[in-house]
Order: sequence, then structure tokens, then C-alpha cells
Amino acid sequence: MTDIAGNVPLPRSSARKRFGLMQYLVCLKGILIREGLRYLNQRERFISSLVRPLLWLFIFAAGFRQVLGVSIIPPYQTYVLYEVYITPGLCGMILLFSGMQSSLSMVYDREMGNMRTLLVSPFPRWFLLVAKLLAGVAVSITQVYAFLFIAWFWGVKAPPIGYLLTLPALFLAGMMLGALGMLLSSVVKQLENFAGIMNFVIFPMYFASSALYPLWRVQEASPLLYKICQLNPFTYAVELIRFAFYGQVEWTSLAVVCGFTLAFMTGAIIAYDPSRGLTIRKQEGGNT
Amino acid sequence: MRRTLRLLAATAALPFLAGPSLANMVYVSNEKDNTVTVVDSKSMEVVKTLEVGQRPRGITISQDGKFVYVCASDDDTVEIIDTASGEIVGSLPSGPDPELFVLSPDGKKLYIANEDDNLVTVIDIESKNVIAEIPVGVEPEGMGVSPDGKTIVNTSETTNMAHFINTDTHEITDNVLVDSRPRFAQFKPDGSEVWVSAEVGGTVSVIDNAKREVTHKITFEIQGLRSEQIQPVGIRITADGKKAYVALGPANRVAVVNAETYEVEKYILVGQRVWQLAFTPDGKNIISTNGLSNDITFIDTATDEPIKSVTVGQLPWGVVVAPN
Repeated sequence: MTDIAGNVPLPRSSARKRFGLMQYLVCLKGILIREGLRYLNQRERFISSLVRPLLWLFIFAAGFRQVLGVSIIPPYQTYVLYEVYITPGLCGMILLFSGMQSSLSMVYDREMGNMRTLLVSPFPRWFLLVAKLLAGVAVSITQVYAFLFIAWFWGVKAPPIGYLLTLPALFLAGMMLGALGMLLSSVVKQLENFAGIMNFVIFPMYFASSALYPLWRVQEASPLLYKICQLNPFTYAVELIRFAFYGQVEWTSLAVVCGFTLAFMTGAIIAYDPSRGLTIRKQEGGNT
Repeated sequence: MRRTLRLLAATAALPFLAGPSLANMVYVSNEKDNTVTVVDSKSMEVVKTLEVGQRPRGITISQDGKFVYVCASDDDTVEIIDTASGEIVGSLPSGPDPELFVLSPDGKKLYIANEDDNLVTVIDIESKNVIAEIPVGVEPEGMGVSPDGKTIVNTSETTNMAHFINTDTHEITDNVLVDSRPRFAQFKPDGSEVWVSAEVGGTVSVIDNAKREVTHKITFEIQGLRSEQIQPVGIRITADGKKAYVALGPANRVAVVNAETYEVEKYILVGQRVWQLAFTPDGKNIISTNGLSNDITFIDTATDEPIKSVTVGQLPWGVVVAPN
């Protein structure tokens, strides 16, 4: 019954309907605890998730402090230091890396056979994937807050209420990037290919966005790059977080982030559907 | 129909009519485009722009808030603006190239620094007559008056001195040497000290008013900026005398200085080439003029955080807030 990827084609029986809300929550809790434990047990992952944005903040932003100059663009009401400008982008970077890392872990799980345990569960496939995504987002949001806590002592401060208001924005952005990671994990067949994700997904998404420079400045440099930035969903994730810090909702960003989250999630669910996506591709792979 | 229209027109005009009569209007002199911008200190929005003489720089307001005085430097006059109508209602004989001035605490006399003539001109506001012309050092600029009105301090940019002048005799009583290019003089509210900023020297000298000698020298250091970029200009000290704000010119920052320990506590990022400062009457905000970025920045004095920057005219120079 088990195929080469460890996927168990689930009987679409009426048994599935018997699950109540409590059972679903137990399942969600199990996945959350597993992701949490896994994160806690990988101390270096926690440290590296903090070191990366802090390096950008302490070294890159410090050097650019005077070079970039000062300007006022919404949501800022007055001049801000480059460190302050770059912080929402760095929050986005944490979510981006984290989303990709959970995609890496899915590939790892598949290679090691751990995924079988998850997918053999009688819960609907979509629920398992969403639960895994939620667990990943919860972990990455704790990373973001740890980063913001350290940044506070570096003098990067938003209005206190902004830290609370930014939570839903971080959640949405995390869901979008996590769903993208999940979709990619269905395509990546081996762990080694993760370097490709770094080069072809993380770096272009991060650099061609409003994370490092305001879009008007990008436009001054290259109209083409400006267009690319505008097409990049990561730009909208960063702007959503940036505005949320100041208690404002950037509606365009909100719509774009919600739209992409839905699209990526649907894509991932289809890709992981045993009767359609992954299994078929895997079988094709096995035949060659 | 006509009545409705009239009513509508009257309603639409209300905010404009109410605007100037509100207590806390902020007046900003714009050196380059010869205007004064009026900003509401509560909404932090521009209310209107007034045309004035050429190169307006020093700006102050009468104690009752009815008249704003502006140095029109290139017109060699001090213009009087009626705050209710926004019209120029007269002028005062200032002597050539007036740059900065200070109003006596009783509001009757204006002490003007004439940069080109090495003079301080004393004017009686009511009669609009020159009472005295006091010869001082070369390129006089900064003007401070003691809270009791008995002493004025003038700084001369080239002589690098603070001249203490007795307001009864109109004679210099003391000269205190300070650092290069002194720009501004500000008394502490209790009259015990005078703070003098030196633009090129990059320091603020604290002069004991009783001893007439420099007792402390405040220096500034900002990470990532060359020392030449730090040029202290405008100074304001809080009413309780505990905190001072110093505009640092091309450093684009306002320094917050503990006026009791003389330690710099913080640097607040504002616009480019910050020049002069003014408190709102409640002391809750301080406003900086940022010449090169054509705006003013409102700073919260409780947290010392910038709140908002508002675009005004070109090259904003001086600022004054109407009293309550």
C-alpha cells in the first residue's frame, strides 16, 4: 500500500467524518509540539535564525546609516535611521528563511521516511499540511520577536502597541512564505537541491523587494528592477509588517499577501495530494 | 438658495478664521522663498503661508501673541505681522542686515544684531525709534536676554566673543572668549548661566552669569559623523532648567543635554541642517527648523522622540510659537 515516497493512499472512507473538533485539535497540538521540540532541540538553528538578521542590522545597516540619507515615506511621519527602515524587512527575512527551512525539513522528512508517520494519519491531507504550516509559522514568529527584542536595545524602537499590532501581519506573511516553502518542497526531490532554493528563491525575493531600500529609490536606480519589486510578493509582506508596526493597515499589501497565501496553499495541497501531485511525479521518477 | 450658499461659505471659512486666533500657531521664517509658514502645533499641519520681505531669518512674537516680528535681512528692516490678519502692518528701523534679535522680557524693547555694521541696535517697539546703537565685535549674531531684563548677551562670529551688555547703560560690561564662530546665546530660566553655541568650534560654552567666565564646555560626538559636520547653532533650555536642546546644523540632529550635569543624553534625528528651535508654550514639544530638507520636526520633550516632520517653505531658518 505504501508507495516509494512513503505516502499511504488514504481510503476516502466515511471514517474521516467521524473526527470531531477535539480530535483535530489534538492532531494540531501534536504537530505543533513536534515542531516546537524540534526547534528547541536544534539550538544552532535558533541561534542562526537570530544571527542572520542581527548581522544585517549591526553591520550592513550601520554602514549604510549615513549613505542612504534621510527621507520620509509612509508610514513614517519623520526621518528614521536606516536601521529602523530595514527592521521590517529583516522580520520578513526571518519568515522567509524559516518558511524555506520548513520546506527543507519536509524534504528531509521524506528522505528519512518520517513523513510516512505524518501522512499515514487518518486526518485529511490538507489539514495535516495546514497544521504543519501553522506550527512552522508559530516557531518563526517567536524568532521574529526574539530579534525585535535584541533590536530594541540597539535603539530600533517602534511604538509599543506596534509590537502587538504587527503580530497578525507577521502571521499572514509567515503563512504566505511558509506555504510557498511547502509548495517548493513538493518539487525539490533531494536535500542537496536546497542550495538551489537559496539562490533562486530566497536571495532574489529578498533583494528585489522593499526590504532594503524604499521603492522610490529602486525606481531611481532602475525602472525594470522597480517593476520586478512590484511583482514580488515578498515586497507586500514587508510593507504589511512595516505599516502594522505603526498601527496602520496597508490594504493592497493585505490583499496581495492573502491572495498569494491562498494560491500557494492550494498549490501545496494539490502537490501533496496522493492521487495527483507528488505521488504521480514520484512514480514517474521511479520508472526512469 | 443664496442663504444656504452663504451659510456654506461661512462654514467653510470657519477653520481659516479660527486658525490664527488659536493660541499655538507656529511661525517659521523661510529664508529662500521670502515667506513665513504658519503651522498648527496640535494638528501639525500647515495652516497658511505669508509673504514677507527678502531673506527672512530671525523671528519672534509679542507677549500677547498679536504681532510677529521678522528680520527681513536683505531689506534691512524688521517687519511686523498682524497675526490675526496675516498682513504686514508695519516695520521697525533695524539697521542694516538684521539677522537675529531678542525681545526684552517686558516686551517693550527689541535688541537686534546687525551683522554687517558690528552693532547691536536697541529699538523701542511702541515709538518705533532707535534708542541706542552699541558697538560690539565683528559680525554680531547671537542675542540672549537675561530673565530679569538687565543684561543682554551678544555673540560676535569673527571676534569669537560673548559680549555682556548692561541694558540700562547700553554699555558692554564683560567680554568672554568662546570657541570659533559663536552663533547663539541662551540664558537659563533662572538667569544663572548663559549657554553660547560655537558653530565651527563645535561646542557649547556654559558661562556663569555672576562670574562671567566659562565654567563648562559641552562637546558632541555622533557615531559615523565627522566632527566638522557637528555645528551647534540654536539652543533652548526647558522652563525647569533641567534639560537643554541644541540644534547641530549639518549633523541633522538635535542634542539633548542634561543641564545639571552637562552630559549629552541623546541625539534626535531630524531633517537636514537643523538650525533653530522653539518650545510650544506647554513645553510638551520642541520644534526644529531643518533648512536643507525644507521642513520642521516636532519632538516630544517627554520621550525625546521625533513625532512628525512637516514640509514648510524653502530653507526654513527661524521658528517661534504663539503664546497661550
